[in-house]
Amino acid sequence: MKANNYISNYCVIENNSVILNSGREFELQNGSFSEFAKAAYKNFNMEYPKFFKMDNLSKLAFLGSEIILKELVNQEENNNIALVFANRSSSLDTDVKYQNSIADKDNYFPSPAVFVYTLPNICIGEISIKYKLQSENAFFVFEEFNAGFITNYANLLLETNKAEKVLCGWVECYQENYKAVVYLVEKQGHTEHNEETVNTLYNK
Amino acid sequence: MEALKQELKSKIIEVLNLEDIAVEDINDNDALFGDGLGLDSIDALELIVLLDKEYGIKLTDPKDGKAIFESIETMSKYIAANRTK
Amino acid sequence: MKKNVYITDTNCVTPLGFDVVSNWDALLKGQSGIGLHEKLGMLESFYAAVIDSEQLDTAFSGISKDNHFTRLEKMLILALAPIIGQHKITNRTAFVFSTTKGNIRLLENENNPIEKAHLSALAKKISTFFGFVTEPIVVSNACVSGVLAIAVAKRMIQTGVYDNAFVLAGDEVSEFVLSGFNSFQAMSAMPCTPYDKERSGVTLGEATAAVYLTSDSDEVRQGDVKVVGDGAINDANHISGPSRTGEGLFRSIKSAFAESGLQTNVTDYISAHGTATLYNDEMEAIAFNRLGLQKVPVNSLKGYYGHTLGASGLLETVIAIESARKNQLIGSKGFSAMGVSQPIEVVAEKKAKEIKYFLKTASGFGGCNTAVLFEKVS
Repeated sequence: MKANNYISNYCVIENNSVILNSGREFELQNGSFSEFAKAAYKNFNMEYPKFFKMDNLSKLAFLGSEIILKELVNQEENNNIALVFANRSSSLDTDVKYQNSIADKDNYFPSPAVFVYTLPNICIGEISIKYKLQSENAFFVFEEFNAGFITNYANLLLETNKAEKVLCGWVECYQENYKAVVYLVEKQGHTEHNEETVNTLYNK
Repeated sequence: MEALKQELKSKIIEVLNLEDIAVEDINDNDALFGDGLGLDSIDALELIVLLDKEYGIKLTDPKDGKAIFESIETMSKYIAANRTK
Repeated sequence: MKKNVYITDTNCVTPLGFDVVSNWDALLKGQSGIGLHEKLGMLESFYAAVIDSEQLDTAFSGISKDNHFTRLEKMLILALAPIIGQHKITNRTAFVFSTTKGNIRLLENENNPIEKAHLSALAKKISTFFGFVTEPIVVSNACVSGVLAIAVAKRMIQTGVYDNAFVLAGDEVSEFVLSGFNSFQAMSAMPCTPYDKERSGVTLGEATAAVYLTSDSDEVRQGDVKVVGDGAINDANHISGPSRTGEGLFRSIKSAFAESGLQTNVTDYISAHGTATLYNDEMEAIAFNRLGLQKVPVNSLKGYYGHTLGASGLLETVIAIESARKNQLIGSKGFSAMGVSQPIEVVAEKKAKEIKYFLKTASGFGGCNTAVLFEKVS
């Protein structure tokens, strides 16, 4: 398929740092993911208390998306931005936490607020709610970052007019190992959107 | 009763992850849902778990929660009257 | 011009039978797979649609003598095996796999390495068993996964990357999921009754289902179905409750029709989600009314199979295709008195009905919705 789409913005989050469009925007020297996420939230003035109710996967996906979308999206308008996200560990980070809450029969208190995050697509629901994105969304799981698939899928959504723009994200999170690569694909921009350029983003 | 109210406020802040809200910020008669603390339906379910876990109270009909979880005042009264631990 | 994509082969493994024929016969007789089960975790008893493990093992031994498969893996292999033999797997054959929790039960034993519970590891195991050469595409999008997987397969065939695709879906009843739905106060004390006045929540179930999609019209026979449109649009409202206005479902269905170029009044039948929670069923009724679909016969199969999570959308599509092939609607089990505020045409009893165009819809946690529109090939 011929692709005439472009990557207009991207955000990479790993090793306690945030890179936006090749500039390092924020870094925390030491600290766990939770500490880093909180510091990043404050740094970017997000003012969205629901953030603290999210699990780590949603926090990661939310941070990456928020940093790209907050300058671009007018929430008063109807924004047809599709969300296509994927990762390796699904929601296992929270699954393990939930499983622990039902492991001990003498201390058995399954938490609905934890259980709801035992689905990986909840993180795209969180982003949709924040920006009122009533648009195409899907969550996929792959053993490794799959640039080919995500590129083809995003292009198809644009070409079939199912979306005007597509926010793609690889949001891997299991315990303290995490990495987010979030990027916006649209019909204008500088970097051509193809498997090679997407892989380059991931490997930066 | 005062001690229970204080304890309840700090537990609610903790289990519902109410970042940036302190015990002093919550008045005994503030609405917990809606315009007050702005809790939602998942929070309500989580409060049912809190009653069970901390005070040994099992709410069998979640609809009862509406009146009980109106404010810290109503919640602490209910707990004081029904707690088993 | 986009390629036409068809579903030509289907199969399913459920408590009602291990192939489509036995499932169809049981549905016509009004049999339900839901039964009362004893103690799991802290639940003394619960209703669920569970597959008998002994029958599963017996059936599986007809395919493989290997015993290093989990119960779910056996269910999955059993669903896909019969339809795979008839087709050649090439490097242009996609394998799309839908599940929400996969082998989540492996977490019950903390000695199991976490990698074993990866959804991609499960997909890989099934993929290796059947000899797929392309990377498995795992769709994990809550309760819409099974029907979204059809849309994903069809879309990927239309990109030109694949010629055909096998879609497989499955989820198992586990303490993990049961305790979770219970903590959400979402479980019905009795077998679920979708759209009914007395409905009080979900009954869980387990199943696997499989379909084959192709763009090669030479493989298509009369009675097969063409995927003519799809949409998978978020409510952007709440992570655990559906939109009160049915906005995401409304838009998903509109998107499917827009792609097909058809008007909604062609619809002969809707196989809906119908989980039997108060909010879901009400939301669907509102969305269908907003689209002028309130006179179209609609049913939920949850009264037979329970909510089979990542399998439900695909399983219910397999049965809907059977309904279209046979021009026969299945009664919406558990329904007796209208329990939604907007009028909809719930199929109370099985009945004959000419079906050419039909919709499959689903909605789930995270605010997700999916609608796929099918056309029977004549």
